[in-house]
Amino acid sequence: MRKKLGLSQDKIDEARALSKQICTPVLEFIDRHSSVTVERATLRLAGADLANEDGVPVPNLVVQQLASTPDGLEGGALRPYLTAMVKTGLTPEALNQKIADGLKLTEFSPIPDRDLELKAGQLIDRAEARIQKNRAFRKEKQAEGKNHDPLLYLIVATGNIYEDVKQATAAAEQGADVIAVIRTTAQSLLDYVPYGATTEGFGGTYATQENFRIMRAALDEVGEKLHRYIQLTNYASGLCMPEIAAMGALERLDMMLNDSMYGILFRDINMYRTFVDQKFSRMIDAWAGITINTGEDNYLTTSDAYEKAYTVLASQFLNERFAFAAGLPEHLMGLGHAFEMDPSITNGFLFELAQAQMAREIFPNHPLKYMPPTKFMSGDIFKGLAMNSLFCFVSKATGQGIHLLGMLTEAIHTPFMMDRYLAVENAQYVMNAMAGFEDEVEFKEGGIVKTRAAEVLDRTLAFLREIAQKGLFESIAQGDFADVKRPKDGGKGLEGLIAKGDHYWNPFESHLKRVLHLSDGSANEGGLQ
Amino acid sequence: MNLIRPYGDTLNDGKVQLSFTLPIPDGARALEAARELVLKWGFKECEIVHSAPLSAGFTFFVAYAQTEITIDFDTVVADEASKEAPMTMDETDDFIRQQIGRKVIIVGACTGSDAHTVGIDAIMNMKGYNHHFGLERYREIQAYNLGAQVPNEKLIAKARELNADAILVSQVVTQKDIHLHNMTEFIELLEAEGVRDKFICVAGGPRISNKLAIELGFDVGFGRGSYADDVASYIVRTLKERLDHPRI
Repeated sequence: MRKKLGLSQDKIDEARALSKQICTPVLEFIDRHSSVTVERATLRLAGADLANEDGVPVPNLVVQQLASTPDGLEGGALRPYLTAMVKTGLTPEALNQKIADGLKLTEFSPIPDRDLELKAGQLIDRAEARIQKNRAFRKEKQAEGKNHDPLLYLIVATGNIYEDVKQATAAAEQGADVIAVIRTTAQSLLDYVPYGATTEGFGGTYATQENFRIMRAALDEVGEKLHRYIQLTNYASGLCMPEIAAMGALERLDMMLNDSMYGILFRDINMYRTFVDQKFSRMIDAWAGITINTGEDNYLTTSDAYEKAYTVLASQFLNERFAFAAGLPEHLMGLGHAFEMDPSITNGFLFELAQAQMAREIFPNHPLKYMPPTKFMSGDIFKGLAMNSLFCFVSKATGQGIHLLGMLTEAIHTPFMMDRYLAVENAQYVMNAMAGFEDEVEFKEGGIVKTRAAEVLDRTLAFLREIAQKGLFESIAQGDFADVKRPKDGGKGLEGLIAKGDHYWNPFESHLKRVLHLSDGSANEGGLQ
Repeated sequence: MNLIRPYGDTLNDGKVQLSFTLPIPDGARALEAARELVLKWGFKECEIVHSAPLSAGFTFFVAYAQTEITIDFDTVVADEASKEAPMTMDETDDFIRQQIGRKVIIVGACTGSDAHTVGIDAIMNMKGYNHHFGLERYREIQAYNLGAQVPNEKLIAKARELNADAILVSQVVTQKDIHLHNMTEFIELLEAEGVRDKFICVAGGPRISNKLAIELGFDVGFGRGSYADDVASYIVRTLKERLDHPRI
């Protein structure tokens, strides 16, 4: 990647320093807290699964039982689960069945710490082996086959996992490198993850561990045929961020939508809860080699893409800092942005080019996730295709990493099979026809592109300074991001936040911190080397 | 009588362009199947100009065809919320000042499990959409946008609390007819609380038609291509009418 914009490295360094200053107090808060879903994710990593007759998942049953004890959840949820496992001598699978049938974990008397540690060690080894096997398999398959550059990313969203499999298989055959199974509309606000294969959803399909498994197997099969590893994506967002990440880690998902602030701003989830949840989910992602995709595109669908471009860059800096603090290396940070400017703006293409090139130069080792036009897509599918062509052009011209293909029928219906075909064909045409463009072209001194990029960086710096002064919690409360105000104690899920007690015990968290080289309260870079 | 047909390059030549997918492998038989199928739809001529395999068992076709079927344009009645042209933002504000004499209160949300704020934002947010300012920008309108995933009960409670003149219900997701369920429940709740007549009920979304909205018990429905101007004009005109001729 050659730098062409002449951006001030001092300003970029200052923005990173400010981001660290902004995130540090938040990270200190995070380390003193857990949440119901962090506990449930931990249980899942230890082997908790299954649901009772009413569809309540076992991890939720365990957490609910503890919540009604005097000490609540301040000691974490793993101790009673493992105590029951040791005392009964059952496997996690057999214990899950007992819990689903009504076994009360609170009735077991305590066991010595060394017995707990021994059992935890066995379960961590079991999980670690599975994660390492997944990572090795992914690495081997990716080395064997060849993917597009940027990766072509397609979404399926039928509501029925078996129908999704057909659509995803067809999409892979057409050229997709990444398949995302979009979730049913209400799932982000469920404080549990449904169990089993599902065939009913609205605007998408439930994320369940069984659905992950079904899609993973289908994509492995078609990938084998195509000699190309097909990555699978889901959404670690909403009230169950770490649980979705845990399930994805176990079932070898490759990417997770995972933003440090999306839930707060766009789903009205409590800010403290989200910050706590995002960190543990990202630690799991880092451990499992899952690439996160951040959600800056959402700023632009709600606010004006030209005027609010600086909020995207500011959010990218903050997402990067929170990701470092969770042990994610740069090459797993798919920082997001989007081609969402009003198509009637004169030179809009140049402004998009400036923004995308700027992101590329400021985040040189990150596989940037570039989102297509949606806001100004209309029923005019012909113009829509033309807009998508320009989007493809910018993506290739600036070396983006993950290219979400735009649909000419965006804003009309969930994509038809032929809509995806036209999108892939269009992208392949554009990107092949201009394959060497990035290397050929320089930008004019004092021209539109360089000037615009410098302006956006300046506005971003000013914005970050303002946030650093107020603090991030206060800044969100005042509506500095995406024009929405989120009170600190408002939003969904606050009741699920847990202050860690003196006896808080989470050996999985400790294990992750160890392998990711993380220390408490630190905004410093960890990461698997 | 004014009989019309599609226009290709000559008046009433009846030329249309079609594209579709068939669940068969590409090949000579696939082309013929596509052509015959188009003829079976009633077209007189059909040329398959392009075909491409989408995946192992699916093929995409682009076709041009000719139809002899006409419609008498004189007999067509539009499914429109209002026959009157919408007013601009300034005209609407003037209308409110002169004809209503107080602020008009409008509450809106995307209801049920639907998480898409894009529709309600396009109509209500200050910025609006495509150079049409949203209701929040109107001086004489107090607009409350509750966002997405708002339960019907909450929307109604808010409307009652604010003594709103109109309620906007946005529905973007229509998969499996979830919008019909949501919209019906909304009207049923209003009726159960005995407050249906207190509000002008407006439905909107890319697949909402005026006809559908009225069938479900709303006063009006706004579909694709509607802006805040259309919604605001309808509300203030209807409100004026109701104030002049109160229902008993």
